[in-house]
Amino acid sequence: MKAIEVRALTKRFGDFTAVNAINFEVAQGEIFGFLGANGAGKTTAMKMLIGLSRPTSGEATVAGFDVYRQTEQIKRNIGYMSQKFSLYEDLTVWENIRFFGGIYGLSAAKIRKKAVALFERLSLHQEANALVGSLPLGWKQKLSFSLAILHDPKIVFLDEPTGGVDPITRRQFWDMIYEAADRGITVFVTTHYMDEAEYCNRVSIMVDGRIDALDTPKSLKNHFRVETMDDVFLRLARNSQFKEA
Amino acid sequence: MIRVNQVSKRYGAIEALRQVSFEVNPGEIFGLIGPDGAGKTTLFRILTTLLLPDEGTARVNGRDVVANYKALRAEIGYMPGRFSLYQDLTIAENLAFFATIFGTTIEANYENIRPIYEQLAPFKDRRAGKLSGGMKQKLALCCALIHSPEVLFLDEPTTGVDPVSRKEFWDILAMLKQKGMTILVSTPYMDEATRCNRVGLIQNGELLQIDTPAGIVSRFDQPLWAVTSDEMYRLIQDLRTHPTIKTAYAFGDTVHITVKHSFYPEDLFADLGAKNHQNIEIFPITPTIEDCFIGLMETQKTP
Repeated sequence: MKAIEVRALTKRFGDFTAVNAINFEVAQGEIFGFLGANGAGKTTAMKMLIGLSRPTSGEATVAGFDVYRQTEQIKRNIGYMSQKFSLYEDLTVWENIRFFGGIYGLSAAKIRKKAVALFERLSLHQEANALVGSLPLGWKQKLSFSLAILHDPKIVFLDEPTGGVDPITRRQFWDMIYEAADRGITVFVTTHYMDEAEYCNRVSIMVDGRIDALDTPKSLKNHFRVETMDDVFLRLARNSQFKEA
Repeated sequence: MIRVNQVSKRYGAIEALRQVSFEVNPGEIFGLIGPDGAGKTTLFRILTTLLLPDEGTARVNGRDVVANYKALRAEIGYMPGRFSLYQDLTIAENLAFFATIFGTTIEANYENIRPIYEQLAPFKDRRAGKLSGGMKQKLALCCALIHSPEVLFLDEPTTGVDPVSRKEFWDILAMLKQKGMTILVSTPYMDEATRCNRVGLIQNGELLQIDTPAGIVSRFDQPLWAVTSDEMYRLIQDLRTHPTIKTAYAFGDTVHITVKHSFYPEDLFADLGAKNHQNIEIFPITPTIEDCFIGLMETQKTP
């Protein structure tokens, strides 16, 4: 079974077509980069996949569940990290873990076990009782990701997870993404850093609501005869018809 | 044009800025490059007279930012990191509002903003809240320019903006510089350093280095190598544990490594081959600004 299957998925707002009949599949354990200019339709497409927005037409399944009829099952089987930092700043690290573990229905024993492993992995022992608001941004992002996969979801959706973090933390964050993928978690990620596009197994590039390119970074660079993903992106996004509309 | 001398600022226990000093020359684009939380916004707020430094002094356009704050406010343009125009007013209304505040008119200064405003004009009756990210950014820039300031302060104008819009925005800045504008701009994107005349790399409230982009690269004082193979993640792990390698960081489709004296590329090639890596390539490369920033962070970590 594919982790994500999308057929002719479309979303219209009035006479504006935000997502225009897109097709793609994501394999289990794949790191899939979902790229596009601002306003190309990425967020709208992602919202449909995580069960927050009903498609106008087309079909899609996420972790085997239908995006029209099984949105609750989808939410139980995925993790989501939004670009805005979304942990509770006024709760401690430990309280955040308990809160998110509880939301996902994990038992107290399981939450404790997960917490120990998480403190270990992030070297956060000292900070277990620190307010999340007092942590440096890089740690917050890593904690946020760890909580998004606390319940071992089949798929995790990451919306610009590394915006504004320092170059070392950014790479540590990608180490965590690789580790998660290694454990079989499918990763669906958006980013504006084109070097990060290179770290994905495959990337799609949205332009004006369509997916104009979808392949491995290497094949895309070969196809467009350019050296970097930055150049691939510029080549495609310049074709946009209604970029500033 | 801007002269910052030993400026420090703390918020409770947090040292936001530690004895920061630098100068920006007239007609220069000076880039302040560093991650979130480095102190960039605090510095901008001090230089735009919105926050008092705890220690040190700063002058902008010849005026002290504390003693002469009122006169200075009319001479600078400031585009804050957070979009702060009126969402319920249209493009034209926002612009007229800012012109009025500064005691001028759109007509009097239209030449300043013409090339940017022309791209917005077809939508001038649209509310600011309904604009795309790229358009909001251009409108905010127009509002910061409407009173013909001497110095322009842009706090992370390209954060969260896609690569195409970022490139367009830097093209606009280059055009403003051509007209003689002095610009202090901050960004977390290391690749934007090359669009600046000089840059200051900032981290944890400290300026790590100030130089031209080429100067910063030339100060990188050790050989840098790039390594590729078909399996990136395994490659990084194997490089990190290799005895002749100091650091290994992913850079797009290659891994950049700094090495010990015992390093020989032939040996590494053989070792990686023995671990079943396919299509191995190892070659020396010129560092990027991001390599330099990482290098400086490493030395800051282990003094």
